[in-house]
Amino acid sequence: MPERLRADLVLEYPFTRTTGPVIGGFLTGLREGMILGIRRSDGTVLCPPTEYDPESSEPLTDLVEVGPGGEVVSWTWVDPPRSQSPWDQPHGLGLIQLDGADTPIVHGLLVEGPSELSVGMRVTARWRPEREGHIADLEGFVPEGAVR
Amino acid sequence: MRDIAVVSAAQHQQKALTHTTEVELMVPLINEARGAVGLTQDDIGFTCSGSSDFLAGQAFSFVHTLDAVGAVPPISESHVEMDGAWALYEAWVKLQIGGVDTALVYSYGKSSPGSLRDVLSTQLDPYYLGPLWPDAFALAALQARIMLESGAVSEQRLAEIAVRSLNGAADNPRAVRSSAEATIDSILAEAPIADPLRPSDCAASADGGVAVVLAAGDRARELCERPAWIKGIDHRIDPHQPGVRDLTRAPSAQVAAAQAGAGDDRLDAAELAAPFTTQEHILELELGLGADTAVNANGGALAGHTMMAAGLMRIADAAAHIHDERADRVLGHAASGLYLQQNLVCVMEGE
Amino acid sequence: MSTDPSVPPAALAGEVRLPEKLADVEPVRSVRTPIRLEYDFIPGDASSGYLNAFADRKILGQRSPVDGAVFVPPRGVDPRHGAATPDYVELPDTGHVGGFCVTRLPIPGRDDLEIPYVSAWIHLDGADIGFLGLVGGIDTSEVRMGMRVRAVWKPDDQLGRTAENILYWEPSGEPDVPVTAAGTNAWHAKQVAKEQG
Repeated sequence: MPERLRADLVLEYPFTRTTGPVIGGFLTGLREGMILGIRRSDGTVLCPPTEYDPESSEPLTDLVEVGPGGEVVSWTWVDPPRSQSPWDQPHGLGLIQLDGADTPIVHGLLVEGPSELSVGMRVTARWRPEREGHIADLEGFVPEGAVR
Repeated sequence: MRDIAVVSAAQHQQKALTHTTEVELMVPLINEARGAVGLTQDDIGFTCSGSSDFLAGQAFSFVHTLDAVGAVPPISESHVEMDGAWALYEAWVKLQIGGVDTALVYSYGKSSPGSLRDVLSTQLDPYYLGPLWPDAFALAALQARIMLESGAVSEQRLAEIAVRSLNGAADNPRAVRSSAEATIDSILAEAPIADPLRPSDCAASADGGVAVVLAAGDRARELCERPAWIKGIDHRIDPHQPGVRDLTRAPSAQVAAAQAGAGDDRLDAAELAAPFTTQEHILELELGLGADTAVNANGGALAGHTMMAAGLMRIADAAAHIHDERADRVLGHAASGLYLQQNLVCVMEGE
Repeated sequence: MSTDPSVPPAALAGEVRLPEKLADVEPVRSVRTPIRLEYDFIPGDASSGYLNAFADRKILGQRSPVDGAVFVPPRGVDPRHGAATPDYVELPDTGHVGGFCVTRLPIPGRDDLEIPYVSAWIHLDGADIGFLGLVGGIDTSEVRMGMRVRAVWKPDDQLGRTAENILYWEPSGEPDVPVTAAGTNAWHAKQVAKEQG
């Protein structure tokens, strides 16, 4: 049997994607320190915003401000953090329903440990000082009233 | 509609194929599946495969694996960047259209050379979810907590599903995780891997491949003593963004099952490609499986989950129940995407 | 549907409304979404055998169990029949140019390659298909189909488990193979002969 070989192989895809006006609007909001959802014809608000209504496929155009406070719908704990994620410390990952939105968004929960997390807890957005129009402009969510 | 059946299958699965290429894996499997019914590639009317370039780390990687088929003289061929169950669906459609009476379907996944967690992150929407690199276990944990908090499932029930897989896999040589001794208490004693999910809630990742031969009408009866006739097959999809879905449900699985006629008669066995116990629980409800249906008798996908092949392997397992006269009516299931976003249901019967 | 390609589809042309506070800011139109994936690449049995042999200045092919055709580099399979090819064949480092191309553009990352350079399908003596190599030791205008060549190897102390051990293929000075029997023409001639029994 011949000696088995191996080699390092690294693939990198340095994509820059076009956003379109809806996702671009949401990312513009993040850059300006504001979270946007999109209003459906029945008045409910999707956050993050989709370009089309997931049920009727009707185009959606009405971006509205939601949050920055909200409620944790679900959570888990990520330790160690993933190497390509925006976080370099162990952190929570949650589904967060923002005030004014009817659907939850996936994002980080910035606390010291999982014992600080619970379903129904109130959290609020924490922003990075340098922002460019990216989902990680939002550093994550911290317990409401937390000094951090 | 033409009568179309699974007439043979061959599969292999192990924890990691550290010294074998996809071609070297598939050569014996394709030859075994064809050979079992006395066919060569010259006798095959259509060939369709499923695989992922992101697992192989190579663009259009499926063209290399065609070396394992024998494509001289040129063959009628197609490929899907999907689980092989969707390749089987395409082949079934091709056979329905007519003009060909036999089809070879295969798929394979070798995730061990790369990081499956990273690859699975790249299937997420690239604006809101992808750049956060949430991994499959963490995302499944968010669903699990909603299910547990809402009472949609209990920890006890999840442990029962884990035990069913571990015990059922004990005599399955293709299972990569099994235990005849596992009990509900031993599962509940496991520390969470992604709170609240325990290691046994998450499918054991594997490398492997599967090849299946389909045949229509009298050709199927010639080739196989007891063909597994496809009585219904359908696939459906839910929206991608987790926020717009009820994560305790999988409506696309329910519709696919209804369209495939799953509930029209008693099902003796069902083989489900759920990557988590939570999702296996959802599927049992959405597919309407009752106590008289043996679910994942040999451990199922939880005991060994080969990305891109887990679904076609389940269809092959389900067909084997018919071939071996252990069952008269069975269901094979395949899923892809986040939270069972897409589901395929294939109902088969023996004569 | 609009037939004017400069007009976006109607569904995208709707005016997206932003909150008042964002009315005058520059909108985000694109976003960076880089992906990096790391692999532990495994060449597999056939390629491992091929690459390992290079360290001993040997070129290995594999023989088809169906009709004895020899493939190099070996892939573990006869791709015409999907038949496994477990038997290795040691091939000489001599052959002929089956086809070639003169390239006048540099390859990024290959500063050592002087342009113009000649890449060619090298058909080894005893092999039924060609494999890729560089042709050197001759003016580019002199390279021709059917030209006999031999390998120029790296010095022994620089040999590794890699096809890069062969620096290039140089003319051996032997008489050319007739064009009708060179490269894939030889393959086709053989197939036709086989079909005619």
